[in-house]
Parts: sequence; C-alpha cells; structure tokens
Amino acid sequence: MSALAQVLEAAGLATVGISSVRGQVERARPPRMLHCEFPLGRPLGRPHDPVFQHRVLAAAFGLLPRNDVPVLVDFDETIIDAADEPLACTLPPRYDSTLHLAVDEALGLRAAYERRRAATGTTNVLRLGGPDRIADLVGVFVRIVDGTPWDAVGLEPAQIGQAALDIRAYYEEAALALANHVPAARQAESWFYRLTATGELLCTAQRILRDAEAPRQAWFPVVPTGQQPK
Amino acid sequence: MSTDAIVRRGANGLEVFDFGTTACTTAPPLAEARVAIVTTAGLRPDGVATWSQGQGFVVLDGALRSVTLAHSSANFDRTGLAADLNVVYPVDRLAELAERGLIGSVASQHLSFMGAQVDHTLTTLRLDTGPAAAELLKADGVDVVLLTPV
Repeated sequence: MSALAQVLEAAGLATVGISSVRGQVERARPPRMLHCEFPLGRPLGRPHDPVFQHRVLAAAFGLLPRNDVPVLVDFDETIIDAADEPLACTLPPRYDSTLHLAVDEALGLRAAYERRRAATGTTNVLRLGGPDRIADLVGVFVRIVDGTPWDAVGLEPAQIGQAALDIRAYYEEAALALANHVPAARQAESWFYRLTATGELLCTAQRILRDAEAPRQAWFPVVPTGQQPK
Repeated sequence: MSTDAIVRRGANGLEVFDFGTTACTTAPPLAEARVAIVTTAGLRPDGVATWSQGQGFVVLDGALRSVTLAHSSANFDRTGLAADLNVVYPVDRLAELAERGLIGSVASQHLSFMGAQVDHTLTTLRLDTGPAAAELLKADGVDVVLLTPV
C-alpha cells in the first residue's frame, strides 16, 4: 500500500492511508499515513459502528493538509483481537456416523450457512465450487491426514490452499448465523481452528503438508500464523 | 502476545521497496475534494474470490455494495468485512461525508489492488498499473485518494 501511495502521489493525487503494519510504513515512507493498531482485517476498527469509523476517517483526512512528508501518526485508540476468547457457538450433533467427523460436521452446518447467505445475499465461499463442494474439500484434507500424498489428492497446490480458505469462510459464515451478532476480531477464527473437528483437521494437514515440503501456496493459507499449534 | 501481534511481528520485517524520497502533492481543501478509495484488500466486483490480476487492479463501481474478498492470506480476521463492508471499504462513510459537505464529492468508481505481494520491488505496479490507476482516477476528477488495507 505504501508503494501505491508513492506512485499515486507522484502522479498528482494527494493521498492518505490507513496503516496496519507500522514497521513497513516506517521504512517505506509513504506521504501520509494514520497508523491504526486495530485487528488485522478491520482497518476502520469496528464493524457496524459508523461513529467510530468516522472518527478514524476524520483523523486520516486531518493529515491531508500536511506537506511535511512522510507523515506517520498513530490513532489515539487501539483495539486488540480476541483470539483467546473463541466464539461460543453450538456445533451440530453427529448425524451420519459413517462419515468422517469433520465431513459430518461440515454438512451439519449447511443450514446455518444458508441462513446467513439468504439474509445477506452474499458469500465468500466461491473459490472452488461453492458450498455444494465443501464436504468434498474437507474430504481432501481427511485424505492428506490419512496419508495420501499432497500431489495425489486431485487438486493443484494453489487449490489446496484455496480449499482451506473456502472451508474457513463456510464455517465463519455459518458461525455468524449461529452467533447472531458480529463477533470480536478472530473469535470466529479461533472457534473454527480450536473447537471444531475440521479446524483441528486443517491444523494437522498443514503440518503434514509442510513436512512433505509441499509448495508454499498449498500449506500457507491452510492455518493462520497465530493459530498454528505452539 | 495477541494473534495480530504475532502476525505483525513477521510482517514488520518484510522487505519494502525504497523510493529514496517521498512524493508530495498538495491536497485541495477537503470540502472541495473528489475522493476515491484505493484498497489493497483484493476486493472484486464479479463474484470471483481468486485474484488473477497480479500487481494490477480491478474497478469497483461506486454504487456497488456486494464484493468478494480475493485476498489469499489467511492472516487476518474475515468476519468484520463479512458483517460490514465499511470496515475495510468505507464507501457509505464517504457518501455521508459528502452529504454533510465535509468532502466535495465521492468518485464514481474506486480501485482494488492485492496487497502482500511477494515481489517487494513491485515493478509492474510502479511503472505500469499504478500510473494507469492514477490516470483512471484523474479522468474521473479525483484529486484525493484514501488508501485502505485489509
């Protein structure tokens, strides 16, 4: 983002940016940045809080008159993620004991996922075939954990990573329906990776993919850095 | 240490391109400015959740409120954006600022790039797609850009 600010500014546009990684901005020295120590993924701080979002924008636009560049100012409030407080979210009961626990769990969350999609008209489960394919994609990670080599599961390396992102989006969108409120940052993520069978499966699969020296694009998106087992 | 602190610790040390100097354009008074959002969240307008533009960009119509997140990093919260587009891409907030006369107007279109590029030299962005983005915005009368990450 810092490079983009430099290029746009050099082309005659005045820019101001919201920074989320201070160390990078300090070294890249873009013209005007407001550093916001907010959860990554929420650069305006708080969803559904227009008053707070306007405070952030006012602070950012307040830097525009300054030509003593580079300007880097910290917003006067910080927000810490809540990864250590996983969302309290009921998982569906076991339905089909002939299926792997993770596959059965994913199928059991379909109704909640669909409620969320119907209510919002949007979904981000779009990379590899939509919600109809989620159980199959969970099955891919079951096979990896059961010993099938990563290059024999029927997906390209990048698709393995995309499968994980689709599965996570499916679970998090279902969680939003089950919780019926907007969780604090990373609470749904922690629920998925720490409390669900599929999240545990992905953590194991990522370790296996790395140990097998699979391409980075296969394992990196499978589990966020902060959720990897210590 | 919070999860974000762990991720930031790694990201803080990533290599960045050194421009040597910092460019500077004098901004017009905010109440007269036409403002566009340029985000590096990898948002897309077309229902596709994978990014094939490399260091290029996609155009987001200013009236659009249904976008997909094509960013490939797993290292950020995704539920905030799922709940409220404005927490990453504050189009409604800009419209409110324009209604109140605090900014001159909102651009008719905004732009989306992909952040976290592996190649820190960003040659294509610096020499090609970045200047092209600037020309597109200037053709719409934009003189101020708000940059947002994810």
